[in-house]
Amino acid sequence: MTETKGCKGYLDEQFVQLEELQDDTNPNFVEEVATLFYRDSARLLAVIEQTMVRNPQDFTKLDNYMHQFKGSCSSIGAKKVKAECTQFREYCKAGSSDGCMRTFQQLKREYSTLKKQLEAYFQLARQVGPRESATRPR
Amino acid sequence: MCGICSLDEMNFGRRVVGSMSLPDSSVVARNDPGDVVSDHFPAGLRVLVVDDDPICLTILDKMLRTCHYDVTKCNRAEVALSLLRENKNGYDIVISDVHMPDMDGFKLLEHIGLEMDLPVIMMSADDSKNVVMKGVTHGACDYLIKPVRIEALKNVWQHVVRKKKNEWKELEQLGNMEDGDRQQKQDDLEYSSPANEGSWKNSKRKGEDEEGEERDDATTLKKPRVVWSVELHQQFVAAVNQLGIDKAVPKKILELMNVPGLTRENVASHLQKYRLYLRRVSGVSQHQGGLNNSFIGPQDASFGALPSLSGIDLQTLAAAGQLPAQTLATYQAAGLGRAAMKPGITLPFVDQGTLFSFEAPKSVFGEGRQQQQQRNSNVKHMNLLHGIPATLEPKQPSIMQQSSAQPLGSLNNMQGNTHGNGQSSSLLMQMVQPQTRGQMLNESIGGQISRIQSSVGQPSPRNRMAGNEQVMACNLASQAAPVVDFSVNHMADLPGNVYPLGSTTTPGGVTTSHQKDLYTRRLAQM
Repeated sequence: MTETKGCKGYLDEQFVQLEELQDDTNPNFVEEVATLFYRDSARLLAVIEQTMVRNPQDFTKLDNYMHQFKGSCSSIGAKKVKAECTQFREYCKAGSSDGCMRTFQQLKREYSTLKKQLEAYFQLARQVGPRESATRPR
Repeated sequence: MCGICSLDEMNFGRRVVGSMSLPDSSVVARNDPGDVVSDHFPAGLRVLVVDDDPICLTILDKMLRTCHYDVTKCNRAEVALSLLRENKNGYDIVISDVHMPDMDGFKLLEHIGLEMDLPVIMMSADDSKNVVMKGVTHGACDYLIKPVRIEALKNVWQHVVRKKKNEWKELEQLGNMEDGDRQQKQDDLEYSSPANEGSWKNSKRKGEDEEGEERDDATTLKKPRVVWSVELHQQFVAAVNQLGIDKAVPKKILELMNVPGLTRENVASHLQKYRLYLRRVSGVSQHQGGLNNSFIGPQDASFGALPSLSGIDLQTLAAAGQLPAQTLATYQAAGLGRAAMKPGITLPFVDQGTLFSFEAPKSVFGEGRQQQQQRNSNVKHMNLLHGIPATLEPKQPSIMQQSSAQPLGSLNNMQGNTHGNGQSSSLLMQMVQPQTRGQMLNESIGGQISRIQSSVGQPSPRNRMAGNEQVMACNLASQAAPVVDFSVNHMADLPGNVYPLGSTTTPGGVTTSHQKDLYTRRLAQM
């Protein structure tokens, strides 16, 4: 399953780590983490959006928020979204509101794709059965 | 008994080294008394992980549990600090994120280094060289780039062991200078877990709580770690101030401090931390308030506050947080409307710490109780005798020589310029804290010193030397007892506290009876 994701480049090795952490004591660990991720990133993205509307020049703040968001993305292994975060921060450093805006739109698109893929992943996991999800040998 | 006592501190994490049971289970306070360490280590390593990112925190927590560590997670640095302060021996290692909203990770790192001296690992998604360098300079023992892999976490125990091993080495040096046989037992148990430094701190703190000045000899020597107590740190700061911060090298500081058992390495590492601290503090004054607040903020015993100095609010708390006397001087100076942060002004305050602190570091390093109190008593007499008027002078030299036979490093230096009554009384005033009391004291001391002068003058016609000394000593004791007491941390009311020689009515009865011993000894020597 992760190979599929890997091919598309949305999720990386880190996601595999999460799968490996999932075990009988925590049979839904990956999904729990994903849920946390949705919640936290929704919050951060909203704040970033708000700042871009009100203070598009406040690059320090934007950079700060984006750093946080990037951290979450890397924790869950969201490779493509993370790349967009890096790009965004570059534009912050360069002080380019335009660049930030464009990148942010791209980021949102990638993020929404990621969510869909994760949903598909979990659906598949549920169909196959909990044990099958953690297939990698330790 | 020594062997068992030393095993006390062998408790590493939750496990017990070897198969000997611990006599003092209160120190252990851990859950599996029967476990033997080697098989399970590093399982049970007590990790505190701090990160404001809930996803990362959850993942780290899970990873660390998978490594069989005992994990506490925390999403705010302030909370982490208070957890650490409340339970100083409750954690073996801290893992912290760099970017956190309420406190910079590096600041947390410094706090931990100064207050608890636990190994700290920094984490960040930021892998730029200067951030990693910052981690190194602030004393992080490792720096992990996010996303953190479980393999990286599996090995964090090495930092704990490494740190303890370094402390062991220091202890070995200490042992060579002090009791050899007690040290050997520790050498045998070298690998595992030296230091439950918590137990040392606990017994030390307990000693302070009970007596305010005495230390428990039995548990002092074997400690592998040097805990920079308030007094020790103040001595350190005094030495540094005297040398000048630029010229303060560990070797010279060590000499000035003159604390047996303290090694150059101890001083060097502490100096490094102190320098970092100073750099931060000396920069922006507006931040200073914030910084110091975070030191002084939690005003309770968990700070490691020493009740022995408890009469002195701010100074105690500041000192308890191991705040350098400079910053302390800043507060006091600000309160008194004087210029702050000048070494010249700092010194007197440091004096107090130094004078007060003689008992502490000496006992911490296992010096005999008698000897240390004798030294203190000598010191006190030296102070007083400096102020004795001319009529006594012929009698002075013999006593003075004996006093000076045991010079006390920095104290001597500080005293260098105290001659004459006026200055002596100001020195004595400095011996007492806080300033307001000192002012009160000034009047009463002035009164008492003049009384000393007049009363001491009386016996001089007598020819018997011993008799003279004895009478003089009596008078000194009776009139000076309250003054002398101050240097032993007693905030007793001064006026009217006149204790006849040998009485035990002083608040800390110990002092007077030892004074008596001292007198007797001195007289015998004449």
